[in-house]
Parts: sequence; C-alpha cells; structure tokens
Amino acid sequence: MSMTEERQRAYIGKHLAEAQINVELHHEDMVLNIGPQHPATHGTLRVVVKLDGERVVAADPVIGYMHRGYEKIVEYRSYPQVTTLINRIDWLSSFANEVPFIHAAEQIMGIEAPPRAQYIRTVLTELSRIATFIVFLGDMGAQVGAVTPVFYAFRDREHVLNLIEAATGGRFHPNFNRIGGLKDDLPSGWITETRRVMGKVFESCDTFENLLQGNEIFHVRTKGIGIIPADIGKGYGVSGSNLRASGVDWDLRRDGAPYLAYPEVDFKVWTHPGGDSFSRYWVRLQETREAARIVLDLLDRLPAGPVMAKVPRIIKVPAGESWVRVENPLGEMGYYVISKGATGPFRVKIRSASFSNVSILPWVLKGVYVPDLITILASLYFILGDIDR
Amino acid sequence: MNPLVALEIPWGLLLVIKVMVILAIIPAAALILGYVFLMKMMSHMQSRFGPMDPGGFHGWFQLIGDGIKFIQKEDIMPAEADRRIFALAPAIVLISTFVVYAVIPIGPRLVAEDLDVGIFFALAISSVSVIGVLMAGWASSNKYALLGALRAAGQLIAYELPLVLAVVGVVMQAGTMSLQGIVGAQASGEIFGWGGIGNPFLLTQAVGFVLFLAAAQAELTQTPFDMPVAESELVAGYQVEYTGFRFLFFQMSEYATAFALAAIAATLFLGGWHVPGVEGTAADVLGPLVLFAKIMAISFLIFWVRFTYPRFREDQLQMLAWKYLIPISLLNILATGIFKVAF
Repeated sequence: MSMTEERQRAYIGKHLAEAQINVELHHEDMVLNIGPQHPATHGTLRVVVKLDGERVVAADPVIGYMHRGYEKIVEYRSYPQVTTLINRIDWLSSFANEVPFIHAAEQIMGIEAPPRAQYIRTVLTELSRIATFIVFLGDMGAQVGAVTPVFYAFRDREHVLNLIEAATGGRFHPNFNRIGGLKDDLPSGWITETRRVMGKVFESCDTFENLLQGNEIFHVRTKGIGIIPADIGKGYGVSGSNLRASGVDWDLRRDGAPYLAYPEVDFKVWTHPGGDSFSRYWVRLQETREAARIVLDLLDRLPAGPVMAKVPRIIKVPAGESWVRVENPLGEMGYYVISKGATGPFRVKIRSASFSNVSILPWVLKGVYVPDLITILASLYFILGDIDR
Repeated sequence: MNPLVALEIPWGLLLVIKVMVILAIIPAAALILGYVFLMKMMSHMQSRFGPMDPGGFHGWFQLIGDGIKFIQKEDIMPAEADRRIFALAPAIVLISTFVVYAVIPIGPRLVAEDLDVGIFFALAISSVSVIGVLMAGWASSNKYALLGALRAAGQLIAYELPLVLAVVGVVMQAGTMSLQGIVGAQASGEIFGWGGIGNPFLLTQAVGFVLFLAAAQAELTQTPFDMPVAESELVAGYQVEYTGFRFLFFQMSEYATAFALAAIAATLFLGGWHVPGVEGTAADVLGPLVLFAKIMAISFLIFWVRFTYPRFREDQLQMLAWKYLIPISLLNILATGIFKVAF
C-alpha cells in the first residue's frame, strides 16, 4: 500500500464517519411566518421564526406594514391638526398620545394650561391607561388559550370608553387637547359617574385576578417564560410596565420632568422582580388599580377655574425646540418638536414605546417554544400603530 | 333476542335501518351540543346572548343555517396539497365517530351492535380519528397544519393511556367489557345492601370518572388540551386549509365525538340508560331520555372547562399525563383490585 493510498483511506474513513453522523443529526430547520396576519400579532406585525421542531432557533420581527409616515405628514399640518393624527399612533390610549405633543408645543410657546385643565388631562390620561390595560388583561387570557376573559375585558372597557366619550365626544380618538388647555369643561354629572365606574374597574380587576391568577394553568404558562433581565431590558430601550416587571423602579410620572398633575398625586409605582410574562401581567393588573385610585384622588380635589389659557386665535409657535417624554400606558413616549415660527411644526420626531419594546424580540424569543412565543408577544403588549407610526 | 329480528325484518334491511339511524344521530348530536353549549352556554358565560334571531326562538336555526352555508361553499384545495389524502382525512375522522355510536346502548334492546368487547372497541375506534388528523395536517402542505397534526399525534400517546386505564377499574368491577353488561352490573348493584337506584360506578370509581373526563377532554382536543387546534397560536392547526363541507365534517365530528364520549362516560359511570324500577318496553322509551339527560350533564362539565381554562403547552400535557394521570389511574386499578378481592 502506497503512502498516498493510505492517506486517502484515512481521509475517507475519517470523513465517512463524519458524514454518517451528519446524516443522522442533520435536519432542516423550518421557517415559519407568524403574521402579518395572525391573531397573536394584534395587527400586522410579522415575526419570521426559524423552528427546530417547536423550539425557536431565531426570530426576526419585520415591521413597517402599517407605516403611515406621521412624522412626515405632521410637517404639512398646523398644530391643531396634528392632534388628530397622533391620536392614531397608539389607538387604544389616544388621549395619552396627545398630551406629550401638546405639552411640547406649549413649552415652546411658553404658556401653561390652567390647573383645572391639567387635572382633567391627568384624569383622562389615567382613564385611557385603564382602558388599554383592561384590554391587555383580557387579551393575555386569550393568548394563553382562555376564550372568556377577552369578552369580559371588552365589556368592562366599554364603561371607561363611555366616560371618555361623554367628556370628549370621541370614544377612541378624542382630539380634545388644545394648545393652552382643553376644548371643553367636563359635562355635568360626569364626576359622579366616574366614581361609580372606578368601582366597576376595581371589580373587573378582581374578576381577572380570579379568572387568570386563580388558574394553575395560567401560572405554568406564564411563569419563567420570556425572562427579560433588567440590564438587558434597559439596553434594548424597553420601557414602561415591561421594564417595571423586570424590577426596575422607574416611572416617568414620578421620576421624569414634572408634567400634568402628577407631582401633586401620591401613587405607588409597582414593580415585580420576576421579569417574566407573569410579572408583566401582574404589574399591569396592579397599575390598572393604581390608575383608578389616581382618578378617584384627582376627582376629589379637582380645582375650579377655566380650562383654557389665553392663546391667540391663530396659533403660531415661535422658533424653538422641545423634547417631552411621558409615561404612556405602553411605556415611554416622547416628542421632539422643532418649530421655525410657522403655524405647523418644522420637524417632529416621535419616540414610541412599542417600537423599542418589540426590538427585544430577537433576544427574548431565542430558545422558547411556539406557544411561549405567543405568550411573550401578548405580555410585551404592543400596539401596531405605536410600532410603525 | 333482538326484537327487530322477532318482527322478521331481513338482516339487510335491518343493517340499513341501523346505519340510517346512526347517520341521523351524528348531525343531530353535533347540532344539539353546538347549539346548547357552544352558542348558548358559552355566550351566557361571556355575558352576551349569542344568536337570537335565526329561526325565531333564541336563534335555534343558526347552526343549521351555518351547515347549509358550508355545503354551498366552494371546495378549495391548496395547490400543493396531497389531493387524495386531503379529501380522505375528514371522512376518516367522521367514520371513527360513526363507528363508536354502533356500540353505545340507549335502551335494553336499543343498541346497534352489542359487542362483548364493546368498551374496548369504542376506545380503540375513537382514537383512529388521530390518523385522520395527521393525514389532514400532512396533506395540507401548510406549516401551521403540520405543527397541529404533529401535536395531535404527540398528544395521542399522552392521553390514550389514562383514558384506557381509567376504564379498566370499571371493567374490573363490572366483570365485563360489554357496555350492556356494564349497565346491567350497575343496575343490579347495591349500595351497602340497598338496591334502590342500583350502584352507579361513579360512587366507587370517582377517581376513574375524573381521569376519564380529563383524558376525554384531550381526545376531543378541547381546552385546556386544544394544542392541535390552538386558535391563538396555530390559528386552527390541522383545519387551517379546510373550507366548506370538509371543514363541516371536522366540526361535526368534533361535537359528535364529544356527544359519544359523554355517552360512554354516562354508561360507564352514571348507570347508562337504566331507570330504577322501569323494565321492558317502558325502559326502551324512558332509557334514551334518561341517557340523554346524563349526556347533557357530562357535556356541560366538558364544555364548562373548555370555556374557562387556558391552554396547556404540549410538553406540559405530557408531564401531566405521565407524572400524574397514569400513576393515579394505576393506583386506582390497584385499589379496585384489592376491594374486588376483599368484598
């Protein structure tokens, strides 16, 4: 046997063994498109996942299916028109969207809404928070497979939406904020009705607590699923309840630059050390109750007075820049407004919470099962309009 | 002796009559369960009314109308589908349901075929439907359908064992596998020497009853074990590519199987068609009604859980089955054996 032949055989022998091992172990990963039309994606988010069996090897969120170009459109609108558009960013809590933009414009103009307007704004913001979170509580049940909570959620949310409609005229898109205050004062009897409805909100929270937390299966499906450690969450720019569920005690209503009536309210910032899907559910449940408490507290000491400051008939914002970030139901929402002295903004940059919240998906979805993927998507709680703008 | 034979009906005609009766029962059962539980009970649990207009009285016509709609729909088949298997799958699922009905007694003389191994036959046949599900998932050439079908196959092993083992206790106590024999054993039994209502095995086999219902829930792919369908994850699992009357077949067999399994549970644990103190022809009239009431009671339990619970994950079901259901059912068998020998 010659040297080369020997080497050849050794080579073949070695690689044959390897080839056989590869035949046994090699299998194709399956690429599964979740979305853009899938019930778990709340709209048109598309998550492309590579699956090994049911285990996610890699996941990539594809966004932009609902991009409406608001940042560009608002450059061609006057300030009062802009609120109509930004209402539709996070459509479940539209009122809360309006606040930071109006606030930014007011800062540049150097005017401040009267205290009564600030209080009513705070009340309505907290009401939108309740409306959004009640939908979340029901949806969380639906995504882990329970069909009933979602119906309770939409039933109970309706009480809150009725209040928003009674005060602003719009169920979903109030368009109620004006630069310098609010369009109208509260209708008569609204405060009594709101107190009654807050009682219902507490009841509703108890129902969800019973229905979901009272079920063993809900615990095994959410605990330890999709853990986001605090530093990783901060690194990806996750904010709001999602970050508080990772144990970060940070809430712009308390820790940020003072806005609305929050400095005058004493409220608890709920956190949970878990960082998993259950913590995110739990934190939102507590925050729903806390929001109802804030509403009741504010209604007790609602100041009298006008709801509109003195502003010129045609609003021209002087040249200047302003960056306002606030704690919206989905997380941190910010507006960077540049004005060049015209009737409309020169440039607006919108920092929306969901955009940053879903950016963690590739990290957090690695290695989970397909059903857990749905749980994690539900627990991160994003609104498509808030991702794509 | 079969009374119909006494009327000298030729066996061929008799067979046709039996087949026609079962063929009529399946859609009727599916309609009743679908209407009473899926449409009405679920709606009221979720604080809504459900259909109210079709047919005049509380929307009773809704499901029949839905059925007519499904039949009218275009038969869509995916371009990549394995056409023959795709078409065959719903039929296999429905046939397995159909055959189960053949052995369920609804009166002392009302049973299509009183097999000596009745319960064994029923449980064996009812799991054939998984083959149909696998075929449907595979032939659809859809990833969601495939995942759903594979989950169904994985689930089969997990729940089939506790289902059968739960029944073993009843069979041991009755000393027969014939469903008529089991009804008879319960009718002639006594509770501490008092034979007023016989001895429904629910009393002695309560553990078996719970295990049976849990496993039946998995067999029916109902929440909390509805991973093969999983509306919020796999959209509809193996059914995702089906439309029109093929989809109707799946739906019908789902509810008809729920009815059949509830009937088996009623027969095994609640005394079946037996009414204390009623014999002969009267029992043939009353028996089906009593059995129907029992079926509805058990279906209520099944659907109550379905509308309330979240869904397990596939691996969690395996854990539940192997760590809890199977050991408990084995202990149940052991305890039944000890009592059988002792008393």
